[in-house]
Formats: sequence, structure tokens, C-alpha cells
Amino acid sequence: MNDALIVISLLLVAAAATTAVVVRDPARQALVLSLLGLTLAVLFIVLQAPDVALSQLAVGSALTPLLLLLSVRKIRRRPRPPASGRREGE
Amino acid sequence: MTRGQRLWLLAVGLAGVAVLLVTAYTGLPDFGAASHPYGDRAVHASLARHTANVISSINFDQRGYDTLGEESILFGAVLGTVVLLRQTRDERQVEPAPALVLPAVRRYALYLLPVTLVVGLYVVAHGQLSPGGGFQGGVVTATALHLLYIAVDYHALERIRPMGLYEIGDAAGEGAYLVLGAAGLLGGTSFLANFLPLGTFNTLSSGGTVPLLNAAIGMEVACAVVVLLARFLDQAVEIEGRGEK
Repeated sequence: MNDALIVISLLLVAAAATTAVVVRDPARQALVLSLLGLTLAVLFIVLQAPDVALSQLAVGSALTPLLLLLSVRKIRRRPRPPASGRREGE
Repeated sequence: MTRGQRLWLLAVGLAGVAVLLVTAYTGLPDFGAASHPYGDRAVHASLARHTANVISSINFDQRGYDTLGEESILFGAVLGTVVLLRQTRDERQVEPAPALVLPAVRRYALYLLPVTLVVGLYVVAHGQLSPGGGFQGGVVTATALHLLYIAVDYHALERIRPMGLYEIGDAAGEGAYLVLGAAGLLGGTSFLANFLPLGTFNTLSSGGTVPLLNAAIGMEVACAVVVLLARFLDQAVEIEGRGEK
């Protein structure tokens, strides 16, 4: 029973982490990162480490995505440099 | 040194690290095994000092010096953020327009704000008894305040967030940890040693210095996170550089 739970939560973490790499838009990536934090917290609880799970929940799924979203918003407000010929931040 | 020599040197170094890692891994106890030599000793030491939450006992008693380093890393990181994200000469501050908030979002966030605040403070206060402690509770407390930004708007958040006080709180939390550590020296023991009466096991007043160190960390982390988020929010919402709209 416990082994099955560990395998399931490991698979969830792997799926969320892969999605975070595959998604290219930084704003969406922040949301996926939050989901990854949640799955990691589940994994830590299954592995009987509630202290680490609580840290992961607070920092990984709330604080880090929020800081990322704020940074993305700041960067998006800058005008694109003219005549550079390249597009940035798809 | 030629390119070939450098690659050889790198290969020797990597091989050395690989050998060390493999040797160390084979010496580790098996995953999920019944025998935990370090865990057994840590649990024994934490029960001897009347601290029910073994992790808190390890962080704030058995390895208090280690936690001092971690706390200082957060303090330094926030200090660096404050310096890096300050308003420069070619930037100006603009008044952000109030945003429209859906009634359901407002209700949900306003109900959850006091609940989250109490949960955060509870986690800090019960660090020596149940999972969690100063760091976890501090982050929860700090994020609770920001529900006001979601529920109402930026001005409401700014009103309950006098930056100077939180900056002082950050420094005071960091300082309180050091002072508590030094108090051990005056009490005739060593730096950061547990010198207070240990109290009754599994009550709020157990664990000697653990709850006090937890409170210091909780204050430092909560204030640090508020200051950190404030700098990011300033940049995202208020401060505009040249050519930004």
C-alpha cells in the first residue's frame, strides 16, 4: 500500500516536472511550477517528512511562482528594442 | 596548460568524485529499511531534551549553528534584493489604478486571510510540538497578508505594510537568534546550547530554547518574505523605467 503511494506520487512529480520543462511560456510555467510544488509536497508527506512538505507547500507552490509571475509582468511591460530584428519572450 | 591536459585533469577529478559518491551510496542504509542509525540517535536526543518534534530539535537544538547559517543566507538574500530592486534615478513611481475584483474572489480571500494568519502563527508557536516551525509558519504568515492584495487592491496592502517596521523586524529576528545563542555563554554553557529549563514534555513550554529560537526565526522569515515581495510588487506595479507604459 505504502509502496504504491510512493510510486504514484513519484509519477505525479515526474509528470509535473516534465510539463514544467515542456511548457515554454514563463507565465504558464509559473503555474505548472506551483503544481509541481504541490505534487512534491504530496511525495514528502507520503515519505513521512511533513516538515519538508510544509516548507515545500509554502515556498514551492506559493512564493516562487508569485515571484516569477511578478518578474514576468515587469519584463513584459518593457517595450521591445526596435530594429534588433529578434523576437524575445514568446 | 593545453586543452588535452585540462580535459585529462577534469576526467581525473570527475572519476575521483564518482568513486567517492559510489562508495558513499553503497554505505547508506537501504531506502525504507527498518534501521535508521542517525534517526534513532536524533529521536533519543530530542526526547531527552523534551522536544516532541524531532525536526525542530535537530534544527534549533542539536544543530542550532547550522540553522544560524541558513537564516543568515535568507537575510543576506533579502538584503541583496532590496539593494538591486531599489528605485533608480531614471525610474519614476506611478499610482497604480485600482483593479476590478470579482465578488467571489473578494469573499474567498477575505475569509481566508484571518484563517491563514492564525495558521501561520500557530505553526510558529507549535514548532516544538508538531510538524513545522519558524520558517514554515513565517512564510505562511507573510503570504496571508498578501491575500489583501488579491481581495482588495494594492493600496489596502500598502496600508497594513509599513515597510520600515518589517525591515526592522527582519533584522531584529536575525539579531534575536544571535542574542539567544550568546545568552548560553552567559548562562555558563556554550554558544547556542540549550540552557533553559526543559519544561513538561509535549506542552507549549517544553524544549527549553527551541520555542524561543522558533519565534525568532518566525519573525525573521515573515518580515523577510514581506520585504522581498514588497520589492518585487513595487517593480511590477509601481516603478516605471524609461519608455515603459
